[in-house]
Amino acid sequence: MSAVLALIRRDLLLSYRLGGGAGTAIGFFLVVVTLLPLGLGPDNALLGRIAPGAIWVALLLSVLLSVDRVFQSDYEDGSLELMALAPMSLELVVICKTAAHWLTTGLPLALSAPLFGLLLNLAPETMLPLVLSTVIGSPALSFIGTVGAALTVGIRRGGLLLSLLILPLYVPILIFGVSAATGLNAGPDLLTPSLMVLVALSLASLVLCPIAAAAAIRSHFT
Amino acid sequence: MFKYANPTRFMALSGAMLPWCTAATVALLAAGLYMSLVTAPTDYQQGETVRIMFIHVPAAWMALCVYTVMAIASAVALIWRHPLADVAAKTAAPIGACFTFLALVTGSLWGKPMWGAWWVWDARLTSVLVLFLLYLGYIAVWQTIDEPVKAARIAAIVALVGFVNVPIIKFSVEWWNSLHQPASVLRVDGPAIHSSILWPLLIMATAYTVLFLTLHLVAMRGEILSRRVRQLQLARLEG
Repeated sequence: MSAVLALIRRDLLLSYRLGGGAGTAIGFFLVVVTLLPLGLGPDNALLGRIAPGAIWVALLLSVLLSVDRVFQSDYEDGSLELMALAPMSLELVVICKTAAHWLTTGLPLALSAPLFGLLLNLAPETMLPLVLSTVIGSPALSFIGTVGAALTVGIRRGGLLLSLLILPLYVPILIFGVSAATGLNAGPDLLTPSLMVLVALSLASLVLCPIAAAAAIRSHFT
Repeated sequence: MFKYANPTRFMALSGAMLPWCTAATVALLAAGLYMSLVTAPTDYQQGETVRIMFIHVPAAWMALCVYTVMAIASAVALIWRHPLADVAAKTAAPIGACFTFLALVTGSLWGKPMWGAWWVWDARLTSVLVLFLLYLGYIAVWQTIDEPVKAARIAAIVALVGFVNVPIIKFSVEWWNSLHQPASVLRVDGPAIHSSILWPLLIMATAYTVLFLTLHLVAMRGEILSRRVRQLQLARLEG
């Protein structure tokens, strides 16, 4: 357990001290949200209608652009190889690193989503469902992204390959995330089926993705 | 299975099978195309455009079938390090991508007169499009990674991750939107379409399967030979 905490703490410290963590991701998020009205026109009614979808797409892209860092620097300085050889199971290492990525990217982005919603004329009653769906769905984004990062670590021109591999797998999360964020206006109950499926997707990715990511990392060292 | 793991034995066996497979493909395709394009009745609503279905539906079946073949071959390659399995997975991908592309294009050609648009964001179209993207990602892995052994293992993981996701994507997209007609051949209470249309469809499906088998054998033989050439070249450079 102390190794788990140490690993998470190390990644958090690295991302805090090296920069390029949450701040950059939120900056990217803001740029996407700014560009959208410029491309679509300043029609407030239209923006309000597409706001949840737009925020979810911006979230996917921000996670995608930040996820390649999860293993890259550790691969370059050799610490990833040591982690692969260490007695602690590699799957657990992947979970720790993904958790650190989520804490520095997914969670801040999800919590700041309503702020960006204001820019896009998001309806006030959609704010809480949007935060809920992004907080619950973003771990799945991080976990699936980590699989892509593990597959493409150490490959030249891996960035484009990463997006081609990962974005199609984000389809279910996008669909249920937007559906959970917008489908709630019908009733006061927050627990819609879409939100439940989103929880299921996050939990399933917590179990399955580390296995695939660890297998991918091992294949880089054989 | 392990008896045929030897590439030399595979080359002999596939060389013997190939003429028969080619003949069967030509015969079945000729019969299937004649039945579907000439003798099958036209639909009272759709007219002649219903004939696109005979090209379209088997292609969509094959798109899924080839992905399954690819995933099974990848699993075998990962678990047993079967030397032919990653050749099989690698060569199946471009063929499967072609079937998927064929399904998308013929669907689009059919959709224009029927739905009034080349493309609609309907559940099945979207999930087949995502399947096409999964094929492209898999092919891109082979093209990006230079080292063959590493590429094989990474590609196998990509194929298996994609295979786990295909049903989830399909289910989620269906939740999202549905305009395409539901399955009408494989149903519990028997096929819902008339036998005059069902027969050409089944013959076309068999023809596509044999076509895949033939193309796959040719592609696997080509891949094995090109690997041998590569090894010979390396040996000559070293020697």
